[in-house]
Amino acid sequence: MDSNKVLNAEGLACPMPVVKAKKEMDNLKSGEVLEIRATDKGAASDIPAWTKSSGHELLEQDEENDILTFWIKKS
Amino acid sequence: MGIQAIQAKTLAKKVMNQENFFILDVRNEEQFKDWKVEGKNVEIMNKPYFELLDGVESIAEEIPTDKEVIVVCAKEGSSQFVADQLAEEIGGEFFYLEGGMKTWSEHLEPVKVGDLDGGGELYQFVRIGKGCLSYAVISDGEAAIVDPVRLTDAYTSFFEEKNVQLKHAIDTHLHADHVSGGRTLAEMFDAVYWLPSADATEVTFSYQPLEGETTINVGETNIDIQALYSPGHTIGSTSLIVDNKYLLTGDILFVDSIGRPDLAGKAEDWVGDLRDTLYNRYVDLDEQLIVLPAHFSKKEELDENGRVMAPLKELYARNHGLNIEEEETFRKTVTENLPPQPNSYETIRHTNMGATFPSEEEQTEMEIGPNRCAISS
Repeated sequence: MDSNKVLNAEGLACPMPVVKAKKEMDNLKSGEVLEIRATDKGAASDIPAWTKSSGHELLEQDEENDILTFWIKKS
Repeated sequence: MGIQAIQAKTLAKKVMNQENFFILDVRNEEQFKDWKVEGKNVEIMNKPYFELLDGVESIAEEIPTDKEVIVVCAKEGSSQFVADQLAEEIGGEFFYLEGGMKTWSEHLEPVKVGDLDGGGELYQFVRIGKGCLSYAVISDGEAAIVDPVRLTDAYTSFFEEKNVQLKHAIDTHLHADHVSGGRTLAEMFDAVYWLPSADATEVTFSYQPLEGETTINVGETNIDIQALYSPGHTIGSTSLIVDNKYLLTGDILFVDSIGRPDLAGKAEDWVGDLRDTLYNRYVDLDEQLIVLPAHFSKKEELDENGRVMAPLKELYARNHGLNIEEEETFRKTVTENLPPQPNSYETIRHTNMGATFPSEEEQTEMEIGPNRCAISS
């Protein structure tokens, strides 16, 4: 899936993946897509929950070789 | 002023002593709904950390200043982050749970249940974060352990402290909500590992069959543990009568509920056995026996010393699951509208059969969440 920006949060523990995702998101324009890669298991439910509470849209979520990838469209 | 770590052990003591404090749980809502720290005088609030990234002003007014505030998250990092912000915004001392809910789930606290004949003692190990209860019978330098969980350190340090040698490790049934520590402990101390044979048809290891009417002795004064076949949660479920005083019911009868027959996928087959155990086999026992279950699900089940126990007589008077007269109503109650199954219960069963070997980390992950072995939680 295409994205405007990729955030590599692999190896980072909570709360850093979400803290970084938020920072990146602040720099994107509405409608642009942020791709996030994380390895912290907590991200699997925290990134979708954060996306929902901040009003963005989770387009897709994937897990391969212990790497979680999310594509989020800015509201 | 600032932040301080609080250990699971300290938090467990606070809960068991029914202290009054405040918990700010910063995990996401779904995790919070699934499972949280509970205590009689605990005030708890959920606000996910990712809604506090810009600061804690939005919740500052809801944080009490007249009692201890402990911030809790899944592992630790986010609670530290939020506690820091609280200290900065509000001022004063804030605590965060070291190791988070992961460590909370694994903490075991031994409490004495009572004295046995000839100087023996019975202890209950409360795994407060998960609602698992296990037991140690000690007498004359010997010990037997019942339904131990995989966190064996708590038991080994207890054996050292009491200066006893483990002789018997007993599982009352094949567990579906947590990984058993029975086999590991038996191997460590060269003790006998007991498991009901009807639950062991698929296991890959050798064991001593725990059958009805087996008697296990602990120490020279002969504290006896009598086995009583009591199927229904599983087909092999066996209760233990210790020193003619205590009835260890496994997952068949709890203080506030009864066991569920569906965790091995056989609800319809086993509901009759469960009925027979609760409405016939147990009725024939001495009603003065003190029931000691393998689980609790509500904080109200803990007494003022943090123990979970009640006389059989009292349970026949007040436990709803023992007072369903109609067989058909009973069947429906225990097979329909059951709570969700424990997390990863099938993998846990296979692990306990010795058919799969998850890593420590995977086992921790598998066991996160409540035990859900009762028909209602």
